[in-house]
Amino acid sequence: MIADGPNGVCMKLRLDYPGFCLNVNLNLPGRGVTALFGHSGSGKTTVLRCVAGLERAPGGFLAINGQVWQDDANAIFLPTYRRPLGYVFQEASLFPHLTARKNLEYAQKRVPFKSRKVSFDQAIGLLGIEHLLDRRPASLSGGERQRVAIARALLTSPDLLLLDEPLAALDLKRKREILPYLERLHDELDIPILYVSHSPDEVARLADHLVLLANGSVVAEGPLHETLARLDLPAAFADDAGVVLDTVIGAHEDHDSLTRLDFDGGSIYVARRPEGAGRRLRCRVHARDVSLTLERAEHTSILNILAAKVVGAAATESPAHVLVRLQVNGTPLLARITRRSSNNLGIAPGLPVWAQIKAVALLD
Amino acid sequence: MDPGDLTALRLTLELATIVTGLLLLIGTPIAWWLTRTTSKLKGIVGTVVALPLVLPPTVLGFYMLLAMGPQGPIGRLTQSLGLGLLPFTFSGLVVTSVIYSMPFVVQPLQNTFTAIGERPLEVAATLRAGPWDTFFSVVVPLARPGFITAAILGFAHTVGEFGVVLMIGGNIPGKTRVISVQIYDHVEAMEYAQAHWLAGAMVLFAFIVLFALYSLQQNTRET
Repeated sequence: MIADGPNGVCMKLRLDYPGFCLNVNLNLPGRGVTALFGHSGSGKTTVLRCVAGLERAPGGFLAINGQVWQDDANAIFLPTYRRPLGYVFQEASLFPHLTARKNLEYAQKRVPFKSRKVSFDQAIGLLGIEHLLDRRPASLSGGERQRVAIARALLTSPDLLLLDEPLAALDLKRKREILPYLERLHDELDIPILYVSHSPDEVARLADHLVLLANGSVVAEGPLHETLARLDLPAAFADDAGVVLDTVIGAHEDHDSLTRLDFDGGSIYVARRPEGAGRRLRCRVHARDVSLTLERAEHTSILNILAAKVVGAAATESPAHVLVRLQVNGTPLLARITRRSSNNLGIAPGLPVWAQIKAVALLD
Repeated sequence: MDPGDLTALRLTLELATIVTGLLLLIGTPIAWWLTRTTSKLKGIVGTVVALPLVLPPTVLGFYMLLAMGPQGPIGRLTQSLGLGLLPFTFSGLVVTSVIYSMPFVVQPLQNTFTAIGERPLEVAATLRAGPWDTFFSVVVPLARPGFITAAILGFAHTVGEFGVVLMIGGNIPGKTRVISVQIYDHVEAMEYAQAHWLAGAMVLFAFIVLFALYSLQQNTRET
């Protein structure tokens, strides 16, 4: 393996299929979760398969934190089995002839002792699968299978973790069951994770970095908060437009059963949270839940009113609405208001406004 | 049963066992190649392997007799290797039987390999298993029912040979006289009682083989 490539996840991939052309050129952070987001057919799974070497983009280049995995200009192409990656497929991919334990051992024993970074106990502890080890995949639920599959991917001690819509085949209940484990991965692993998804909720909850794909090309890319707050995003998020706030629990106000969440530039109140002060919580504010006033409303039931400044506005899919980008000190916010209100208020860049937040979705 | 019957029985089982072993050894890579390849040769190789299914055994036997004869390509090869000539020997029977029963091994294997699909192989690759490792740790265990079907069909088909045996091996007691030929001899000699014993044993054998096969497939479907 050649270890003088660029840092982070660097890829230049071009692949032509009849009726579809993938053309991506990305430099992604070397740690944290990067979400590849797009509709089905946007090429996100193909990107993942190219990174894994399951598909080969001719003339491509791919380097992971300095290690070159593909550089066709120099005739380098590592086959999949020589790439230190973990891959979790969309649907159950456990070997049906092996128990959960043997599936895990299959991965672990193929990694040389000295390059093992994740221990067996660590992997099963992280995913909470101790009690499933002696069962066959056929007797596990969809969520349990995916947890075993994720643990198995970890046991390869990967330098890069690839997750291809690991929750897509699961119902809402199973998703809820498995999401906390994915968050733990994010918090405890010091490797880059590429997460393919078409669910804005999953992206908002897990990602640090966002890549939006459409028809095989990158339409937007950048840190999650920044990218979500962009006005020029395609209809990808449409009704789901909104921003993500990374907050810290500031204080509990028990007489009103409220919890104050602080973020860079302000704070908001939500219903009392069970977590202690100081815990990090990520929440999502949908643009449709934010309204604007020119003066601070005194007699209102709305609890969260933030002083903000208009940065810009853009048309939305619906001709009746506009999307307004605001800045709350350092933090971007989006509001979706009617065109008529926008005209009445004289919304223009630089205008100071009050943003009234009707609802905050907590992502934990 | 007279001693001749027992010798024929022993010889038949010996032949079928050796041939089945060779069939699995040779048929597995052929079936794997046919499943995985994108080569243009796939159609031709597949057809050649399947040919014994439709050819009359005597036709196959005739060409094998010529090929293994002193002027034939196989015959020249075996002679130059100091192995002598294969027709009318047990080895000749083995070689011909392998070719004759090949489709019965390759086709069930190819079907199972196809049914396994791409995904388990990709999964194994992402878990650091190289191609050989993947084949033995994933493909073989997953294809077990196919291997069992292939072995049983190859064995049974070899036991049932007649035309090819007569063309290649003739009728040499203890060397090439297998059960089917022995039954034919009994009938020729009007020894119907003895023919009955052997024929009955063959019916029983066929029944047991097929029954085992069906219940096995039932089992694998349930698990």
